[in-house]
Amino acid sequence: MSDQYSNEPMLDMFVFETTQLIEQLEQIILTNEKGSCFTPSAINEIFRIMHTIKGSSAMMMFTDISVLSHTMEDLFYYLREEKPNYIDCSKLSDFLLEGVDYIKGEIDKIKSGDDTANNPSELIKTLKEFLVTLKTENNSIALNKVNSPVKKPQYYIRQEKSITTIYNNIYKAIIYFEEGCEMENIRAYTIIHNLKDITDDYYFLPEDIIDNDNSAEVIRQQGFQIYFKADHAYDSMHEFFMQTIFLRELDLIQLENDNEYKHLYEKKQSNIDSINILQNNPIKIPEIHNMNNAGMDKEKQASVTTQSIISVSIPKLDKLMDLVGEMVIAEAMVIQNPDLKGLEINNFQKAARQLNKITNEIQDLVMSIRMVPLSATFFKMHRILRDMCKKLGKEVELEIIGEETEVDKNIIEHISDPLMHLVRNAIDHGIETTEDRVSMDKSKTGTVTIEARNAGSDVLVIIKDDGRGLDRDKILNKARKSGLLYKREEEMSDKEIYNLILLPGFSTKEVVSEYSGRGVGMDVVSKNIETIGGSISVDSVTNKGTTITLKIPLTLAIIDGMNIKVGKSCYTIPTISIKESFSPKEKDLILDPDGNEMIMVRGKCYSILRLHKLYKVSTHITKFTDGIIIMVEQEEKTLCIFADELLGQQQVVVKALPEYIQKLKRVRGLSGCTLLGDGRISLILDVAGLINI
Amino acid sequence: MENSTEFLLEGEEDTQKGRFLTFSLDKESYGIEIKHVTEIIGIQEITEIPELPQYVKGIINLRGKIIPIMDVRIRFKKEPREYNDRTCVIVVDIKNISIGLVVDRVSEVLTIPEQDIVEPPQMNKGHGNRYVRKIGKVGSDVKLLLDCEKLLTDDELEDIRVGM
Repeated sequence: MSDQYSNEPMLDMFVFETTQLIEQLEQIILTNEKGSCFTPSAINEIFRIMHTIKGSSAMMMFTDISVLSHTMEDLFYYLREEKPNYIDCSKLSDFLLEGVDYIKGEIDKIKSGDDTANNPSELIKTLKEFLVTLKTENNSIALNKVNSPVKKPQYYIRQEKSITTIYNNIYKAIIYFEEGCEMENIRAYTIIHNLKDITDDYYFLPEDIIDNDNSAEVIRQQGFQIYFKADHAYDSMHEFFMQTIFLRELDLIQLENDNEYKHLYEKKQSNIDSINILQNNPIKIPEIHNMNNAGMDKEKQASVTTQSIISVSIPKLDKLMDLVGEMVIAEAMVIQNPDLKGLEINNFQKAARQLNKITNEIQDLVMSIRMVPLSATFFKMHRILRDMCKKLGKEVELEIIGEETEVDKNIIEHISDPLMHLVRNAIDHGIETTEDRVSMDKSKTGTVTIEARNAGSDVLVIIKDDGRGLDRDKILNKARKSGLLYKREEEMSDKEIYNLILLPGFSTKEVVSEYSGRGVGMDVVSKNIETIGGSISVDSVTNKGTTITLKIPLTLAIIDGMNIKVGKSCYTIPTISIKESFSPKEKDLILDPDGNEMIMVRGKCYSILRLHKLYKVSTHITKFTDGIIIMVEQEEKTLCIFADELLGQQQVVVKALPEYIQKLKRVRGLSGCTLLGDGRISLILDVAGLINI
Repeated sequence: MENSTEFLLEGEEDTQKGRFLTFSLDKESYGIEIKHVTEIIGIQEITEIPELPQYVKGIINLRGKIIPIMDVRIRFKKEPREYNDRTCVIVVDIKNISIGLVVDRVSEVLTIPEQDIVEPPQMNKGHGNRYVRKIGKVGSDVKLLLDCEKLLTDDELEDIRVGM
């Protein structure tokens, strides 16, 4: 394979673009399948996508992808041109999705550097057969348009480049370069040089492009004309020419027969004559010419809009993020420098405020760069839904709300799998079979709703189904058997019971199905969500459905934190979990016989956690009345943390504890650390962890 | 000192071969391979992290990077000593893990030719020399050449249990 194409940035770009196109394609297919058949605009769009993928993959030398996409393109060309009445839509969607999956798989392989390509020939064969059946079924219509079916075969790409010199198609191309690009003759020669790969039967005007410098002038005025024969379809030739640098205008015409071609060939000495003949001879411009131009326009438009977006590698963003974090700290070090204390420096203060404003803005901006809407993740679920419905014979609709909600890129990566799992669960376990639904007076089609919305510094992702709901007794039974009950049954609220399913090793499904029931279900989901600092809760109403709520932090990188002091150490509590802070009064404090310290606040009793005792920090503030109590809440559990004093609230950049320390031990109640304005390190408390100590 | 180390790091891998940064704890002199050493800094404020084995003193902020600090004295079960202005932190990078090692004093960078490096004597009992990989002879002195990876990984679980 040609080495010059395998350079990394281009490959990255290819992978990125193709992935996007494939996602787009999948969405189109799914929306159209719902609407019972493909709309003309969808057909055009799919055609365009396949066309682009074909082109770029061919350029990157991924022949398998290109051949497959070409076959799909053919199919859609037929659909677009012939508008057949009868199309087996679900079959078509199946084929398309199969193709989409294949390309996805290949892209994944390319990403991981694995070059054992699967052969798509089987799929291509079925696609072609499908096209043939389509054609025969719609024969009557096709007959009306005499030309097309005859012309059709030429659109098949030759899988092996045959070395025959008999070419099927004859083209005439007139190329105009952009004004002022200079050296038109050399550029023209480049085209000819490239064309040699495609055909050896060609002829061009002006002829003496290399020897005669004046030919540049001729090209400038009359364009560069090429007549050639090739096996390639019009599209691919068009694309071939469109790749030319500094191309201003391209007239690519497919000639009906080779009369004028021969004619020209014989008369190739006379430029003017040949042009005259051309003008006098009837030439047939295939319909696709116009269509394709429209397509190209559209493509251009699309590329104009995508031009304003660039893809940046995540490590670079992470690095930027780190640097901004450091800058914020450095800024604080300058502005709060102890050397400045007591000095009257108005101008400095002014400049410092300005600097502060700018750094804050930069920080916000960097944060926002990393924010990505959830839509892509959500739309993936359409596919899962479709596949499962087909396999399980259920009718389920997916409703998506609030997909524009943005979360940090890191988090998106972490919730994709859990979400997939939950949707599968909802369809497999939640939604009943159609017969069951009808017999229960429910609408025939089940509904799964995925909803996202902002709630403070968290995002709530809610997965709801209107199925049979969770079976309380079954869960209890199972929990009893596996010894997962942590309370007495009678004391447990329904919600607590439902949340049992999140515990490890819990799966009520007796039969393992393809999609769920292996016993590593919900606990993996909940673990995944926990690793990103989120939480999960389950609620259910029998025969009405199940609701699973994921609470996910907006971002992992920067949080609002309250800094507190204990002895010489400094800790940060995420502001979001703080309910209130207060200095306790002696009379509210309670000590029970077991030595547990508690405090009464507005008639409710909360236990107190002495931070200095927990982390063995030496401090002289040990009496509650000398220090401060911070009441924190997480998942409806409340705890009072006792500390020396509050230092103040600030936005902190969350840094993970060094890997070495994480490997040594998972410290209870610590989720990370952050740098304070003076360069000191503060440990970030994990409220959920503290509550469960 | 820092400058000279960085200068050395710029050289090829070969020029680092056989070169050791030596430091002292009590009377003994130790050496670590120069290729592991990132930089040497003075002792600075260490943020303690609870519940860790004693020899992990905590973390420091090294120009925005959070780096764990290990007190080599305690790691080698020697008596802890007050830090003073001679106390140094050698920042090493071992298998992409950065860690600072607190030592009494950094001495110098030495080239020890291969023929002067010998195997440590076999101990019959205990694990007295598990961190010492080789012994280097320099003149009449003996340098204990440390196995940095073992310093980080060896028997940690056991140590944590002891530390708890």
